Amino acid sequence: MGRKLLLEKAHVEGIRYFDVYRREGGYRSVEKALKTMTQDEIVEEVKKSGLRGRGGAGFPAGMKWGFIAKPEGVPRHLVCNADESEPGTFKDRYLMEFIPHLLIEGLIVASYALGSHDTYIYIRGEYAWIPDILEQAIAEAKANGFLGKNILGTGFDCEIYVHRGAGAYICGEETALIESLEGKRGNPRIKPPFPAIKGAWGRPTVVNNVETLAAVVPIINEGGEEFAKIGVGKSTGTKLISACGNINKPGVYEIDMTISVEEFIYSDEYCGGIPNGKRLKACIPGGSSVPILPANLLLKTAKGETRYMNYESLSDGGFATGSMMGSGGFIVLDEDQCVVRNTYSLARFYRHESCGQCSPCREGTGWMEKVLLRLEKGKEKLVISICFGISKAKLKATPFVPWVTLHHGRWLLQSVILEMSLNGM
Amino acid sequence: MVQFSEDKLAKVNEIIAHYPEGKQKSALLPLLHLAQENFGGWLSAETMDYVASLLQIEPIEVYEVATFYSMYHTKPVGKYVFEVCQTGPCMLNGSDHIIAYISQTLGIKPGETTADGLFTLKTAECLGACGYAPMMQLGKHYREHLTKEKVDSIIAECRTAATANN
Ligand SMILES: Cc1cc2nc3c(=O)[nH]c(=O)nc-3n(C[C@H](O)[C@H](O)[C@H](O)COP(=O)(O)O)c2cc1C
Ligand code: SF4
Ligand code: FES
Repeated sequence: MGRKLLLEKAHVEGIRYFDVYRREGGYRSVEKALKTMTQDEIVEEVKKSGLRGRGGAGFPAGMKWGFIAKPEGVPRHLVCNADESEPGTFKDRYLMEFIPHLLIEGLIVASYALGSHDTYIYIRGEYAWIPDILEQAIAEAKANGFLGKNILGTGFDCEIYVHRGAGAYICGEETALIESLEGKRGNPRIKPPFPAIKGAWGRPTVVNNVETLAAVVPIINEGGEEFAKIGVGKSTGTKLISACGNINKPGVYEIDMTISVEEFIYSDEYCGGIPNGKRLKACIPGGSSVPILPANLLLKTAKGETRYMNYESLSDGGFATGSMMGSGGFIVLDEDQCVVRNTYSLARFYRHESCGQCSPCREGTGWMEKVLLRLEKGKEKLVISICFGISKAKLKATPFVPWVTLHHGRWLLQSVILEMSLNGM
Repeated sequence: MVQFSEDKLAKVNEIIAHYPEGKQKSALLPLLHLAQENFGGWLSAETMDYVASLLQIEPIEVYEVATFYSMYHTKPVGKYVFEVCQTGPCMLNGSDHIIAYISQTLGIKPGETTADGLFTLKTAECLGACGYAPMMQLGKHYREHLTKEKVDSIIAECRTAATANN
């Protein structure tokens, strides 16, 4: 059984409350960091840990922290990204619901390291019952001297506020999130300037995912080097995977990134195999934005090597014959599912969620949805060339980093080809 | 006339104080949630204008935000809004059948409200409960692992609650 760093204590009775959490060793990292470490030492420790952002892009967290601008007299902010809207992903919710103090603890340490006195948790609006849980944890931490003015007598002041979104996938993108935090529509901003230079209210801002910030706790407690020993290569530490679709045991699992995809799907410790003994058809291993893989390319890479549940192995083969770790949203399709229909429903999702400011995305996602529906109903023959058209047009036409468009044009095409090849066409 | 009570106004000021001085517009999303909960479950033009006045911003700044986010209702809705997720992972687990069943049981299509004003059916996009599919949002909470029987009992539960409140 793999090592657990985040969820080890999640099932301890009453862990949601400060007293139990503290008794189990909680908030030690705050004491250690604030009393014995400088801001730079903490950033250094996070760099050594090799921790990669858990929100989807996998960008090294310590490096991101190192980028934050420190202009004289300008406040800086840490914002926790709890928007969690990528289909297939429900890990942050689990962490916040069951062990909220872990996030608050990580946030205090990270706020100290970055010099953020006002830190925000931006949580998706639909998680409407979770702000109560977080606010209670914040109040308890404050009552015990871990938040507020002069924390533990160290002179460091910090407040954490919970800000609820209102239903918009795009607000998970960090610049859209900042717009939304400022009370506007969630339209992504053009980068540069990056948030680390000009973020919320024009001030230097770091946006990190819930799981990334929770991982700061074991890094400070055990040291970056110890953290880096867990896992493999550049996939250090543990990763939360939310598994769903056609599996016997959907849920959130903490894995050390050394297990194979096959073990993850079939072992009883994790997904427990596919219901009714059906065969595995395909899988989207990292949330709906990453490429789908057919069973043969999922379990083994194109070179015939075993595929593992880590950043490097999942992306082996690039977008052509590989995929990505993404946000850890693991979606399994059994032999009875139609990849085109599944992709249609995801295209509908992206059409609904396009913020609408770039025309290729606003129009293109709608086209994808229509084409896929026609194809699924057997009415579309020229679909392949149309898909190529869409993905090429998008590549050229938009000034933004067109994640929703470029990426999904390709992925749509791949899904269609996949279903056709699986059907022997 | 829409007007928050004294203690709600205190809450409004507390929320505004979370943000930097002069950046009170940042409180717009939380305030719209509060307004929607307090003024009939949806945001009328009057409600939105009131929120604009509380934050000292232009009404248009409120309208453009209220229409962007899917949780704000800019038209009246039923007392109970069933928001059923229809995205990939839920679809793999039969959300289409659940939507059809609710539709048939209540006699309304997605987007519609029953004549007695009790129920609105809406489709929703991934709500972060994909492992507990099929699911829907009802008020502040999620109802997960939906089956036809579960849908029946939720509808009955709402009817009972509505009668008790009247
Ligand atoms: C369309 C889009 C949606 C995103 N949604 C989320 C999200 O829901 N949660 C999240 O943490 N990051 C999301 N991200 C990534 C964020 O932009 C950002 O990279 C991340 O919050 C950084 O945190 P990390 O480095 O700790 O992962 C999204 C990115 C894009 C382009
Ligand atoms: S690519 Fe789509 S979602 Fe992204 S900014 Fe452009 S229109 Fe908005
Ligand atoms: S797909 Fe329905 S909750 Fe995620």
